[in-house]
Amino acid sequence: MVRFRSRLAIAGVALVACAGSLLAQGAPATVTKGGVIDVSTIGEPPTLDSMVSTADIVGMISQHIFETLYTFDEKWSPQPLLADGMPTFADEGKSVTIKLRSGVKFHDGSDFDADDAVASLNRWLTLSPRGKSVAGTVTKVDKVDALTIRLTLTGPLAPLLPLLSFNNSAAIMLPSDKVGPQMTETVGTGPYRLMERKPDQYIRLGRFDGYKSPPGAADGYAGARGNHLDEIRFVPVPDANSRVEAMLAGQHQYSESMPVESIDRLKGKAGIAPIILKPFGFPIFAMNMRKGIMTSLDLRRAVQAALGPEDMLAAAFGEKDFYTANGSLYPKPFIWNSDAGVKAYGQANAKAAADLLKAGKYDGSPLRILTSRQYEFHFKMAQVAAEYLKAGGFKVQLDVVDWATLTQRRGNPDLWDIFITHSPFLPEPSLNSVYADSSPIGWTNAKKNEVLAAFNKELDPAKRVAIFAELQGLIFADVPFYKVGDFNALRARSVKLKGMNELPWPAFWNASLDK
Amino acid sequence: MLAYIVKRFIGMLVVMFLVVTAVFIIVRMTPGDPAAVMLGPDATTADVQALRQRLGLDRPIIVQYLQFFGNLLTGDLGRSIFLNAPVTQVLAARAEPTLFLTLFSLLIAVGIAVPAGVYAACHRGSLFDQAALAFAMLLASIPSFWMGLVLIQIFASGLGWLPASGYGGPDASFGERLRHLALPAVTLGVVSSALILRFTRASMLDVLGDDYVRTARSKGASEFVVVMKHAFKNALVPIVTVIGLTAALLAAGAVVTETVFGLPGVGSLVVNAVLRRDYPVIEATLLVVAGLYVLINFLIDLMYLAIDPRVRF
Repeated sequence: MVRFRSRLAIAGVALVACAGSLLAQGAPATVTKGGVIDVSTIGEPPTLDSMVSTADIVGMISQHIFETLYTFDEKWSPQPLLADGMPTFADEGKSVTIKLRSGVKFHDGSDFDADDAVASLNRWLTLSPRGKSVAGTVTKVDKVDALTIRLTLTGPLAPLLPLLSFNNSAAIMLPSDKVGPQMTETVGTGPYRLMERKPDQYIRLGRFDGYKSPPGAADGYAGARGNHLDEIRFVPVPDANSRVEAMLAGQHQYSESMPVESIDRLKGKAGIAPIILKPFGFPIFAMNMRKGIMTSLDLRRAVQAALGPEDMLAAAFGEKDFYTANGSLYPKPFIWNSDAGVKAYGQANAKAAADLLKAGKYDGSPLRILTSRQYEFHFKMAQVAAEYLKAGGFKVQLDVVDWATLTQRRGNPDLWDIFITHSPFLPEPSLNSVYADSSPIGWTNAKKNEVLAAFNKELDPAKRVAIFAELQGLIFADVPFYKVGDFNALRARSVKLKGMNELPWPAFWNASLDK
Repeated sequence: MLAYIVKRFIGMLVVMFLVVTAVFIIVRMTPGDPAAVMLGPDATTADVQALRQRLGLDRPIIVQYLQFFGNLLTGDLGRSIFLNAPVTQVLAARAEPTLFLTLFSLLIAVGIAVPAGVYAACHRGSLFDQAALAFAMLLASIPSFWMGLVLIQIFASGLGWLPASGYGGPDASFGERLRHLALPAVTLGVVSSALILRFTRASMLDVLGDDYVRTARSKGASEFVVVMKHAFKNALVPIVTVIGLTAALLAAGAVVTETVFGLPGVGSLVVNAVLRRDYPVIEATLLVVAGLYVLINFLIDLMYLAIDPRVRF
């Protein structure tokens, strides 16, 4: 009965959103200018330099300050932001010319031009984890004229535009005279400028009056950006329950990462619109392919055979409305959705696991699962997984540490066999670092490298979809990681906050506050 | 007296040296890496190593210790890796909420506990005494985060009288900032009152049976004079000790309460610094907190002289 009532409640949620359709809401017909909003976040960002950090919270906040040459529309296609139109390709994709929009100003009043773009892209190729990953392919960035740049590549690079569009480890544009290894001044071209940062208290952004919006209707992250609000304040509230209470008390106008248990309370409070962002991301069990027992293919397949993802997801996310047991690396409606290899998912077959352990000559060494309670759903999944793995014949050891320790330990292959992490669904698969040889997983399969290289070189979208399906098949065959399923995110918004496009990294341009 | 102060001061310096060394070793032995946290989940091992090098974290631990200690002697507590600011500046910015929270919660705790403890001792075995003991036991058993969340649900999200979290926005007046302290101060004050109440009651019971109290009563002194002038004054030493230690504990940053209420004080600074492995902030904050403890203990010892003329150093 409780379950039924809760489902009814969820059915009544003001906005049940789908990642694709969410991006298409656009701005309200009448816009109220002015107002200050408080947005509660899960914590203080380690930096505002979104070029050097891959942390989501950095990109989420700094995307209001800094802008990239391109950005994503509602269908996750790159669209111009600071660029003036799509790039032109020459020399079989080895030469990429990008025109820049004129009249764009930085927050310090200087004009944005090709010198800034060249300096910024060179910094990105030198310092950014994602930029460095393509630095071997992008060999040169030149100024053609005051508002045109040219990138010289060693070969075609399909993920180039998604990389230039992404707000995470982002190719943000900075004034050339302020480009250096350390970001000393926070100056961008975005609709909001940094006014004040009081660590662990607030990050205060104010409207940039000199902002020049890109043309066109708002479309995902692309199109017109109106800076209607006077101020946006990002307030770190690390405790999830405190975020809920502050939202219910009317203290904040928007809150991310709400605990799923709070859905009924949020729904029951007038003036608050709970939002389910569906689908949001996926947790994975990453296998150590460098050292230890998971270097055995049979044992990795034994893990795949043993696990019961439905129960793991139920333990982690509670209501079915917050998760889907789906083995495909991308759910529908992403174009990358495929069934390749998926029959190996969700077996929960202890006997098959035991047979594979026997074939792999498992010596009874403990399977060390490295996890953290900082993400409680990781820990809950690990607990259920441990029981499935024990039933399959593994001896399991749960190593529960804090997130900082986990990120360090996973760099040492002597210390773990499986670690648990998660990711939002990234618009371009190659943006996900798990496929790289250099990731802690260490998946260095030659066939994978061949498929991945083909995927990165192929410029035809339809062919890329087919190649990605092949890569997914390889993942189920080689099991470098186990995708547990899809999960949804719960957020809350004041009903007075209008014009927001619900995006994976919430953006507050085009948002306005009713008096 | 002067010799005692000098001796205690030297002892304090030795304690602080040991604290500095122990804190440095413990912090650096703790697994975790600020570079990895800073770069985020998708950074490669090479990226992390490069940042470690830039931050000087790849140098031998003894070199890092000597530099840390040398800087300390010149009053330089270091620079926060994450907040990109001198640690002294970071700590100074966090002092106000913690200081006022300490003050108000202590006032609430003492305001509840001392009169209730005295009254309970004077009416030993009465309904009030039993209720006070039960109340103290209950409060001692309640985790402060639970009490905090309950108060938030009632007074913030329920009645809407007080803010649920934070310390006010950039334009918050002093009064507004104090309003943000109301719920955390009540939470801490009420929880802290349990220990002070039990100590006050026990200490009063000790002295109420003494001969000089009986003598005062036999001389016809009023009950108020007997209790407040003769008994309470003599019961003060343990009460002041426990109040002082409670103050030190609160001034060190009420870690859980500050986290639940999103207060940007010293306690939440330490928690965040530990989670981020911001070594300079952890080391400097623990050093300041340890210094505060040592200092408060020293002051308590000196207060004994004023409270009890029998005490000689």
